[in-house]
Amino acid sequence: MNVSIVNGRIIDPASGTDLHTDLHIHAQQVVAIGKPPESFQAHETIDAEGQIVCPGLVDISASLREPGFTAKGSLASETQAAAKGGITTLICTPDTSPVIDSPAVIEFIHRTARKLRRARVLTAAALTQDLEGQQLSNMATLRAAGCVGLTNVRHPLSNTLVERRALEYAATFGITVMLSPEDRHLRAGGCVHEGAVATRLGLPGIPSAAETVAVARDLALAEHTGARIHFRTLSTAGSARMLKEAQAAQLLVSADVAAHQLHLTENDVEDFDANCHVSPPLRTLTDRDALRQALADGTIGAICSDHQPHEPDAKEAPFPETATGISGLESLLALTLRLVDEGLLSLSDAIARVTCGPADLLGLPYGRIGVGTPADICIFDPEICWTLDAAEMLSEGHNTPFHGWDFQGAVTHTLFNGRLVYRR
Amino acid sequence: MAGKRHQNFQLNEQGGLRHFLTIDGLSRELLTRILDTAESFAALPGRPVKKVPALRGRVITNLFFENSTRTRTTFELAAKRLSADVLNFNVSTSATSKGETLLDTLRNIEAMHSEMFVVRHNQSGAAHFIARHAAPGVSVINAGDGRHAHPTQAMLDMFTIRKHKGEFTPLRVAIVGDILHSRVARSQILALNTLGVTEVRVVGPHTLIPTDARAMGVHVYHDLDQGLRDVDVVIMLRLQRERMAGALLPSEEEYFRLYGLTNERLAVAKPDAIVMHPGPMNRGVEMESEVADGPRSVILQQVSYGIAVRMAVMSMCMQTYEAGGEGA
Repeated sequence: MNVSIVNGRIIDPASGTDLHTDLHIHAQQVVAIGKPPESFQAHETIDAEGQIVCPGLVDISASLREPGFTAKGSLASETQAAAKGGITTLICTPDTSPVIDSPAVIEFIHRTARKLRRARVLTAAALTQDLEGQQLSNMATLRAAGCVGLTNVRHPLSNTLVERRALEYAATFGITVMLSPEDRHLRAGGCVHEGAVATRLGLPGIPSAAETVAVARDLALAEHTGARIHFRTLSTAGSARMLKEAQAAQLLVSADVAAHQLHLTENDVEDFDANCHVSPPLRTLTDRDALRQALADGTIGAICSDHQPHEPDAKEAPFPETATGISGLESLLALTLRLVDEGLLSLSDAIARVTCGPADLLGLPYGRIGVGTPADICIFDPEICWTLDAAEMLSEGHNTPFHGWDFQGAVTHTLFNGRLVYRR
Repeated sequence: MAGKRHQNFQLNEQGGLRHFLTIDGLSRELLTRILDTAESFAALPGRPVKKVPALRGRVITNLFFENSTRTRTTFELAAKRLSADVLNFNVSTSATSKGETLLDTLRNIEAMHSEMFVVRHNQSGAAHFIARHAAPGVSVINAGDGRHAHPTQAMLDMFTIRKHKGEFTPLRVAIVGDILHSRVARSQILALNTLGVTEVRVVGPHTLIPTDARAMGVHVYHDLDQGLRDVDVVIMLRLQRERMAGALLPSEEEYFRLYGLTNERLAVAKPDAIVMHPGPMNRGVEMESEVADGPRSVILQQVSYGIAVRMAVMSMCMQTYEAGGEGA
């Protein structure tokens, strides 16, 4: 099917493109920017007057719940939510059941997603078997089956020797290891940032040092092993500082930040709002601002949704007993665009952090628009004002602290492989 | 802004108590009203609290997810003095261990037409959670949730202090011990500051003082002798034995040597300083028996005032009675 997107403003940060022009799609690929190829006949024309045409978003960390936790979400529901959020490539985390530690599970997810045809679902496989932090996963086999990275997600290794071996073994095959830096002993059963709010509410705290101690350890091991490491969802100013120093010392290390960490702080936990129960926890304004700064100067290369949909029961309990996580696919772009309104990022840089930024961190050819690239396109209207209503979310999980927030800029069309998968 | 949310949530449209979950966000005037109302229930010295028909025909449920015979008994006595019917549920070992959620339990008990829940739970925020999910018209009183709050205990302590000291403004109060894990201390600090005392001090080693404690409006002391100097009120907190296992303290012996209250150490406080303890006390750990049983100790009075204060809070939440009040 041939599609033309006309009259839009095309922003492709990867190539530095920012032009008012047309874009033409044939056989799932972008075939021309500007004039259509000779004898090109559009079957569908999208008028993007006043709208921004950018690469479909790449979300480097999303828990899609299938297989195993379909009460929380399924590949069907979550890819639908992704399409609404302008996301066309998802890196799904291995915290499924069974865990993504075998080619069979990777194959199941890839096959199911291919049938659904709403988004490209790629897999980050388990770093250790069953995420238990003891035995290494069959990394080379998992790589051959198509995983794009390895991670133990929110089950960081507590045994430093296992971590060392895992990094060494992964380095053998040049596979990126995505680490959640957290010292589990220092976490000590905490559920919010250890600070003034935790003290007042009497909630067990997680000190910033639970993260920075792990970042320091991980950086030392990365240097020692030569492994390519990527930090998932940083939350503290100290981590951002150490990351910057490590990058200055030419260490192959990168990081992402969850969109909610750029907008919320420990103060949002007031009144025990379980939708603000996240891991790593929401920290101080100082941390938030340091993360924003690290994002702006490129130290942190990607914003992710850290999507974790839950069934209502998971959040219906006293705060410490609730499950952590936010259903974030449908607010990723809105929260990113808000950083432009707030003067932190240029529009092009903001788009980069959710498209080519994360793609480049994993060496993926997505998140860009050019002749010959897959036609993954997000079209959004920067003028549309809307209010997030949790009840209207397409994700199975309606757990969001952003219910009732007003946003500017809404996705009007999402195309995945040249096919329209969402229209507002 | 957050404080306002607390306040709105606990208060009804007329600014009266709807729930009693935390001292946070309540006004000095309201706290004083609670104390005045309690005063009207507390009969003459030496005589038991009188029985009033304020809550006749009402059903109050003690919903205890954590064992506490003492606290439950004072709530039960308070409810009976108000002529209410009382249901007692100890949920810790029964329903929730069979997979029933807290909300399931709540719905089941609501079906018994209870109009008030007195809740104790080991998780911070549990009372807020129940209040948020309770049916309209049902009041929730927090009888202790995790490390968060124990507002009726704090109010009975305020009542005790007022009985002995008259007014709050000139007072210096030292709270000694495990502040980190203490819901009582958190509520006391909020109450004392709201009632306008001159100074609240917390005294303990770094491991038992929470991060950013100063943000609660206290001065932090690590030395007991300095912390007790010239104070009017000394509140000793209970030390749980598991703090040693959690590597927060080396031993009870060292703790007592550094932070245990003796008559000798009490000498630096004001000559008329009173000594309080929310109980149950570990003699020889938090304080020696000579202090606990001595003339400065008001520990037993605290217990007896507990009933009047809980009567006050219950009747105010149910809008049936208030000192000098507008209630029916």
